[in-house]
Amino acid sequence: MTDVSTDSPRSASKGPDMVNMQVWRGDASGGDFKLYEVEYREGEVVLDVIHRIQATQANDLGVRWNCKAGKCGSCSAEINGLPRLMCMTRMSTFEPGQDITVAPMKTFPVMKDLVTDVSFNYEMAKRIPAFQPKPKDADGKRRMAQRDVERSQEFRKCIECFMCQNVCHVIRDHDENKVHFAGPRFLMRIAELEMHPHDTGDRIPLAREELGLPYCNITKCCTEVCPEHIHITDNALIPMKERVVDRYFDPITRLGRAIRRKR
Amino acid sequence: MAVTTVQAGRGTRPAQNLRVDRWWLQPALTAAGLTAFVIYSTWSTFTPHDYFAGATVGRDYLSPFFSPCITNRCGAGTTWHLVNWWPFSAAILMLPFPLMFRGTCYYYRKAYYRSFWFSPPACAVPEPHGKYTGESRFPLLVQNLHRYALYLVIPFPIILLWEAWKGTHMITVSAAGSLVTSRGLGLGTLILFVNALLLLTYTLSCHSCRHLCGGHLNALSKGPTRYWLWKRVSFLNEHHMGLAWVSLVAVGLTDVYVRLVASGAIHDPRFF
Ligand code: SF4
Ligand code: SF4
Ligand code: FES
Ligand code: FES
Repeated sequence: MTDVSTDSPRSASKGPDMVNMQVWRGDASGGDFKLYEVEYREGEVVLDVIHRIQATQANDLGVRWNCKAGKCGSCSAEINGLPRLMCMTRMSTFEPGQDITVAPMKTFPVMKDLVTDVSFNYEMAKRIPAFQPKPKDADGKRRMAQRDVERSQEFRKCIECFMCQNVCHVIRDHDENKVHFAGPRFLMRIAELEMHPHDTGDRIPLAREELGLPYCNITKCCTEVCPEHIHITDNALIPMKERVVDRYFDPITRLGRAIRRKR
Repeated sequence: MAVTTVQAGRGTRPAQNLRVDRWWLQPALTAAGLTAFVIYSTWSTFTPHDYFAGATVGRDYLSPFFSPCITNRCGAGTTWHLVNWWPFSAAILMLPFPLMFRGTCYYYRKAYYRSFWFSPPACAVPEPHGKYTGESRFPLLVQNLHRYALYLVIPFPIILLWEAWKGTHMITVSAAGSLVTSRGLGLGTLILFVNALLLLTYTLSCHSCRHLCGGHLNALSKGPTRYWLWKRVSFLNEHHMGLAWVSLVAVGLTDVYVRLVASGAIHDPRFF
């Protein structure tokens, strides 16, 4: 691991400030917050400071990270109680002198310290049938207009940090829902496929009956924490709920569309 | 299926809320705002006088809580004489529709689930309930009927616009002592118009409206008109929460204003 405690020439001019970091230490059998008094420098993010603790005070501190650029989705944690990417949370956003708590994501089982086992998400991903394309055009090509894929493109910004999954109270506060609720990230995946002009699959019954769309009460915490600022609730979950209404609760629109299709 | 493995325990974990910001502020403000509106509108509904500012004050303003008035209890303010036998406040006949619409609105659902039901009170703050089934069971299953509430309230902003147009009637007493009606514009007329336009914008910005306009299509390029509409409604929809609040406050204040004018407490300024 790189030694991040080495002074860079730029920060050397200004002496380091000190901060009290309350970092959760432990594993599946238990654990607690441990206080580290550590220095930090101008321009640093929480992950820098966690790395400094690891380099100078706790070599065995477990933390998952990769890109340090907000793009790999590995460093999700709960900073002062809010799901955040450690690499994108600047130290300058905290009041000087304030303790900062860093805890692992609450919804997933702890492996070690800040590292959680996120396999719930991969299991849910497997339950969604993949893209089922229509046959190609006569010339062997596929065509679609930009305006047809705009909606899905927003969803594809997802970096799979799973903070939306972590914050969603449906599973965060109720473990028992983990069997029948896929979480916002995967209901959004269904929305992406359902809105795809070339997809022929029908995942609406799956979303409603097996993957828990009706459990979402549109309270928008997924949207609030998404580091990619995807409008998960407004652009994926509510449109999916409306498609469920089309299918199960609105005979009038269904009839209208059936007649139009016949013509 | 490996579902059982993901059900495995999460290890001991800080169970308490670790947020240090003022997470309670937003639910508290929302609860205060909604409670204030419910109290005021209930009072107004059951105070069936002074909601029509008529000839005695030289105007033709009907409070939006009572519009359209379909009983003869509104005097000259009656819109249509449909149920003249109705013995109670005229507002009782009209308020259920906007109430159904707002009660099942995706934004208001979020607002009251958070601030009254604490489900959850704020993000990453534990909710106090042992069990949670969301909108998957009766009674919350009914939220799926929001679209029907939309169909029912669409006429309302239009009727309110028409009521605002009636508000351009300025009534004066001629030298001979008879009532003379002319066109004009009072502050109240403007308020009625703004209120109706805000309600219209709120209604159009509805998520169900967005879906019905074009959101249901997969190939938006195949329906150019619906794409155009969907784009416009999507723009409004981004401001749905703001519109929900602004239109709510507007309706309440419009009622207050009409009551003040009708009771003679203030004199409605006339621009021309
Ligand atoms: S909006 Fe729905 S999916 Fe997103 S966090 Fe809230 S309940 Fe979960
Ligand atoms: S939708 Fe946003 S919050 Fe959820 S996993 Fe993707 S990037 Fe993370
Ligand atoms: S380390 Fe890649 S997102 Fe933070
Ligand atoms: S009115 Fe708010 S979603 Fe329909």
